[in-house]
Amino acid sequence: MLVLIGILIIIAGFLLRFNPLLVIMASALATGLAAGLDIAAIVAAFGKAFNDTRYVSIIWIVLPVIGLLEAYGLQQHARNIIGRLKGATLGRLLTGYLFLRQAFAAVGLTSVAGHAQTVRPLVAPMAEAAAEAQKPALTDDEREEVKAYAAATDNVGVFFGEDIFLAFGSILLMRGILEGYGYQIEPLHLSLWAIPTAIAAFLIHGFRLRRLDRRIRTIGERGA
Amino acid sequence: MITLGHAYLLAGTIFALFALLGLLDRSNPKRFGNAAFWGLVATSMIAGDWLGDFGNGLLVLALVAIAGTGQIGRAPGGEVPAEVQAERAAKYGNFLLLVALIIPAVALIGTFLFKWVPGLADPKQATLISLAFGVLIALAVGMARLKPPPLLPLQQGRRLLDAVGWAAILPQMLASLGAVFALAGVGEVVGGLIGTAIPQGSLFGAVLAFGLGMALFTMVMGNAFAAFPVMLAAVGMPLLVKQHGGDPAVVAAIGMLAGFCGTLMTPMAANFNLVPAALLELKNPYGVIKAQIGTAVPLLAVNIVFIWLFAF
Repeated sequence: MLVLIGILIIIAGFLLRFNPLLVIMASALATGLAAGLDIAAIVAAFGKAFNDTRYVSIIWIVLPVIGLLEAYGLQQHARNIIGRLKGATLGRLLTGYLFLRQAFAAVGLTSVAGHAQTVRPLVAPMAEAAAEAQKPALTDDEREEVKAYAAATDNVGVFFGEDIFLAFGSILLMRGILEGYGYQIEPLHLSLWAIPTAIAAFLIHGFRLRRLDRRIRTIGERGA
Repeated sequence: MITLGHAYLLAGTIFALFALLGLLDRSNPKRFGNAAFWGLVATSMIAGDWLGDFGNGLLVLALVAIAGTGQIGRAPGGEVPAEVQAERAAKYGNFLLLVALIIPAVALIGTFLFKWVPGLADPKQATLISLAFGVLIALAVGMARLKPPPLLPLQQGRRLLDAVGWAAILPQMLASLGAVFALAGVGEVVGGLIGTAIPQGSLFGAVLAFGLGMALFTMVMGNAFAAFPVMLAAVGMPLLVKQHGGDPAVVAAIGMLAGFCGTLMTPMAANFNLVPAALLELKNPYGVIKAQIGTAVPLLAVNIVFIWLFAF
């Protein structure tokens, strides 16, 4: 039971908005000590895992390219494209992106899009431009919300698309664990069962995007 | 053959250059902290495999000490004025879009190429290696046509990274915390607690406990992969499959997706939820989570109903 102290530290630390890196370290030390490990062993375990997961941070190598393109006006260009397309409403734009992201993830192409590669340089400025077209005097809070929805749409798309792909890590993990219990299950069988949820995710998030679109639109019309 | 090690070398070099440029930026009062922080990240990328587990641990402690005491920060300004951007966008517009799409296009082609043609690159890491190639090609094409000052991509990239700040290594930190949790047996304890909380004999109660447990435990761990084996052992296998005769494929597949609903709602899944908020320069670090809760909660309910409908 004592090892759960780390979870309490994490929850309290995030709620009180301490620096998360400090909170994580404190949680790791407390959990390890509660489990009877000595400090050197905890530091070593943490260091090993940190080294093994460096691939997570490779994504930052895209920043020089994004920085170059933004300095030459990529975000502005993304906005201009939306300005020229008459039918490009906020709702349609993000729903279209949701569909593409799910479809690509479902065939295993999860890394072709993402927050650094596509959301910051393209999707977020496009969504902002579409919202501005619907409501010229967009407030700062609404602008924040639209950008947050652009990131949220990327997450929903990739989470509920990737499990349809046969070779995705979680399918392989499930297969391995079920095998440990004596159940031989084909990856295809597992990935097919991801389809109903993928459809539900598209419908639910699509409905919420439509509501966001309506909300920005009605505020816009009332203000005009 | 190209391996993930080469991609780490590239990433390490870029972080080292960010550190160096940061050190030289006299407009930033926290330049020494920034240089030390990104310099250590560069060291981890390049030399992590030679530092040993304890050495890597000390490196992490140093990173935490620098960031935790507020020694890193961004210099004000540095962005290209909006009018200049608009002028350049009118001139280069579609070319910029083309260069931006080189990265996903190369990632796509490379992923297939490296899997079909053996010996070129490690097929298990095809996507990350292709991503690195995409970056290099996009940079070369962009530089050739736009002819910016040679350091501009690095200076602008550094500005973007400084805006993200310490959140850039948060995903790695949380993954490492997960490893310590696993070592300490946190999963078994939580699984045991949830297992004892289920009313005996009720099928829907067991399905509900499994779905909610997957989501909640994923929120704590920040990762559905960590929650899955624990919840399957505590509830999925003994109750849903063995006692009630549920289809293990449905229980596993949809149970995992119930966990993904939890991922949408937790700051512990930093790379999906906190990093984009920093990258988009949102005022509220939890803005992305806020936008996702309204999708995650109904979808979790749908998943629980799906398990109940399809598995039995």
